Amino acid sequence: MEQKLKTDFDKFISSSNFSNQEIKLKKEALNNFLKNGFPSRKLENWKFSDINQIIQKNIGELVFYNNYNIENEINDDIFIKEIEHNKIIIVNGKVERLSFEYEESDKINLTTLNNFNQNPNDDNSLLSLNNSFSNKIHNILIKKNYSFKKPLVIYQITNEKVSNTNINFQLNFELEENSSIKIINLSDDNSEKNFINNLFNFNLDKNAILKNYKIDKKSNTNIKYDYSSITQKENSISETFIFSSGSDYIKNEVSCNLEGQYSSAFINGIHLLSKNKHHEIRTNTNHLYENTKSYQLIKSVIDDSSKSVYQGKIYVDSKAQKTDGYQLSKAVLLNEQAEFNAKPELEIYADDVKCSHGSASGSLDEDSIFYLMSRGLDQKTAKELLINGFLLDVIEKITDEEIKKLLKNMIGLN
Amino acid sequence: MRDKQIEDLKDYKYGFSTDIESFKAPKGLNEDVIRFISNIKKEPDWLLQWRLKAFERLKVLKEPNWQKPKYPKINYQDLYYYSAPKSFKEKPKNLEDLDPKLLETYKKLGIPLQEQKRLNGIAVDAVFDSVSVATTFKDTLTEKGIIFCSISEAIQKHPDLVRKYLGSVIPITDHFFATLNSAVFTDGSFVYIPPNVKCPMELSTYFRINASDTGQFERTLIIADKGSYVSYLEGCTAPMRDENQLHAANVELIALDDAEIKYSTVQNWYPGDKDGKGGIYNFVTKRGLCKGKNSKISWTQVETGSAITWKYPSCILKGDNSIGEFYSIAITNNYQKADTGTKMIHLGKNTKSKIISKGISAGKSDMTYRGLVDISKNASNSTNYTQCDSLLMGNKCGAHTVPYIKNKNSNSNIAHEATTSKISEDQLHYCQQRGLNQEEAVGLIVNGFCKEVLQQLPMEFAVEAQKLVGISLEGSVG
Repeated sequence: MEQKLKTDFDKFISSSNFSNQEIKLKKEALNNFLKNGFPSRKLENWKFSDINQIIQKNIGELVFYNNYNIENEINDDIFIKEIEHNKIIIVNGKVERLSFEYEESDKINLTTLNNFNQNPNDDNSLLSLNNSFSNKIHNILIKKNYSFKKPLVIYQITNEKVSNTNINFQLNFELEENSSIKIINLSDDNSEKNFINNLFNFNLDKNAILKNYKIDKKSNTNIKYDYSSITQKENSISETFIFSSGSDYIKNEVSCNLEGQYSSAFINGIHLLSKNKHHEIRTNTNHLYENTKSYQLIKSVIDDSSKSVYQGKIYVDSKAQKTDGYQLSKAVLLNEQAEFNAKPELEIYADDVKCSHGSASGSLDEDSIFYLMSRGLDQKTAKELLINGFLLDVIEKITDEEIKKLLKNMIGLN
Repeated sequence: MRDKQIEDLKDYKYGFSTDIESFKAPKGLNEDVIRFISNIKKEPDWLLQWRLKAFERLKVLKEPNWQKPKYPKINYQDLYYYSAPKSFKEKPKNLEDLDPKLLETYKKLGIPLQEQKRLNGIAVDAVFDSVSVATTFKDTLTEKGIIFCSISEAIQKHPDLVRKYLGSVIPITDHFFATLNSAVFTDGSFVYIPPNVKCPMELSTYFRINASDTGQFERTLIIADKGSYVSYLEGCTAPMRDENQLHAANVELIALDDAEIKYSTVQNWYPGDKDGKGGIYNFVTKRGLCKGKNSKISWTQVETGSAITWKYPSCILKGDNSIGEFYSIAITNNYQKADTGTKMIHLGKNTKSKIISKGISAGKSDMTYRGLVDISKNASNSTNYTQCDSLLMGNKCGAHTVPYIKNKNSNSNIAHEATTSKISEDQLHYCQQRGLNQEEAVGLIVNGFCKEVLQQLPMEFAVEAQKLVGISLEGSVG
């Protein structure tokens, strides 16, 4: 693999026009990845999902070279019709279109970054991989006191031109004081057996509000790793919703740093799995300042021989007194082959805190099924109704009414 | 100078050391030392071979390092692996023959062996360093056919039982410390309850670490045959000293069909002084196997001592309808560190487990609950309930919860809850308003917090444990 990485990297660099500084950073990132390789179960974070093995088993030899010079056609059919929205269209890891047609152009500053954020202490080798092979990183800066009028939909498309390929993509958002944005991140995969590695970076200044809804619904055989890093200043709010169902394998990782007081982070997620899927959500909320709040609700419905994993960690620094942290994960196993693993973790160094977590897993409640059947529903409908209610709980947490309605329709829950 | 020493000693109620000249094996860990131990204990050849096999395995094993509390590297070649009080070369026939100094030590510890023998109805198998001192109440137990003796004695008198069960729950191929114990274990307790016998009294062992630099490697084996019941108590105090001492015991419980074992521990070993100097490293492997149908194993522990506590009393629920329980209070103060919890491994059908864990950290201490609940594919209709609550006192300490939950069976239910908080000002205010001082108020509230677990302890222990909870938290408020 090492040789392959090196030759693909050289090919990638020579076909793109990076500055010397960028090439230097990319080389460093590559060396970092070469040193650590793909994470395996030996690492605590990857205990339940050995991505090294999963890639080996499902893809085999990966191609790391991705030609960003190819023009891709965009089919308008995939666009969401129900609501007016701004668009970022990404095809095979390349940004094809950025259109903010509903917004005031002087309130948004679009740039590309010459330098990516890399914490040298971060041992996440997939971030290094991303840094070494991703194309130019777009940065979207929302200026002070500006709220997006319409949601932004990020279409992440893959087409049949790529297979057995590693696609790396990065996007950066800066929210200045008092600004706000709503994002729907919609995957549309028409490709087979790729390893897609995404990194989203959000910096929220004072009073900023981020609402981020990630939808992976379309069935496909890709393997995905999606990392969102959110840094929050005073009074800011972030809301992340994850619907994870379509791809064969996804690990969604959300990391929130609550650095200013009264900042709060909400992460809610659904795993709706069937066949032979393996999905994981990992949340990391770091309470680093007084009076911060976080809330996580993750629900899984697991059928056939699928596997759902939830790892959630609440970290409370000794400075972060008066923290309010809550975490709940629930799973319903519908089949004997289904599996649910959880590791809800608390790491607390301050005493005046209110932190709790709960986790429950099991079958659908027999009494509830019986109750519904005694009222004339057949077993299948009764079960569906219960599952519907179980998942709706999470959808109801969505604070934006328009998007809530849209997602309900999209997912098929009422 | 002397005043200072006395002052230091005051801090630890049980901090004293008896100066009985110890009889030691040479320092170091090698085949010769293992042969020496085996030889001096007149062990049969199969056991020596078993030890050597464990030692072979130990050579390739690495010390685990995933735990939260880190400790300085232990030089295993710099430890004594065997020491016995010299006057014990010839075993005493009865209590009166004991070294008076030993008896005095026990008196200070609050276990007057002789009174206890008559009054309390507890058979005490006291371990002083590594050799069993005296075993009382044998007659009553012998009548019922119960075997309660030191493991060395059991090896001599009941080799078949020992051979059959030793290492059947904690194999010699287990983790580093368990394997170390298998290679060099010196003594410990052995209990066998014959079929359909309910042990008429609580069996109890007091452990005590005495000789300086001696790692203690106890081995306890408890077998409850079909339809039997036993309640076993383990309590520990240790003299004060500066060097860190390693304690790597192995405890194996085996419950056959319809049998029940209740294992209670009060651990109050020397935790180190206020600056975190000294103290015992308590790296113990405790594992119970519910081998038969309808069997039950229940662990109850009150952990207040040791510089570092690192243990996970576990239950393997192999038999159908078997039950595993774990009740724990862990208290850390000053620089103490604890990484403790349990593992419930459900293999049989209709198995149930319950985990109640209460952690209290004060001072600059750090406490972690780490637990595993694993319901395998075949364990249908199994249930687990877990509750872990942590209480923090002051903002220099930490409390962490790391549960691993694995459910591979759709007919089984797992519920897990955890909370972390501090003692509320309202509660404190209420108590103080009614005339309690702050320390008393905290004691009262903490006892209430722990009540669920304290209730599980046998009477004799419950009182001591309640006191211990108060003592451990002295000076942590205000």
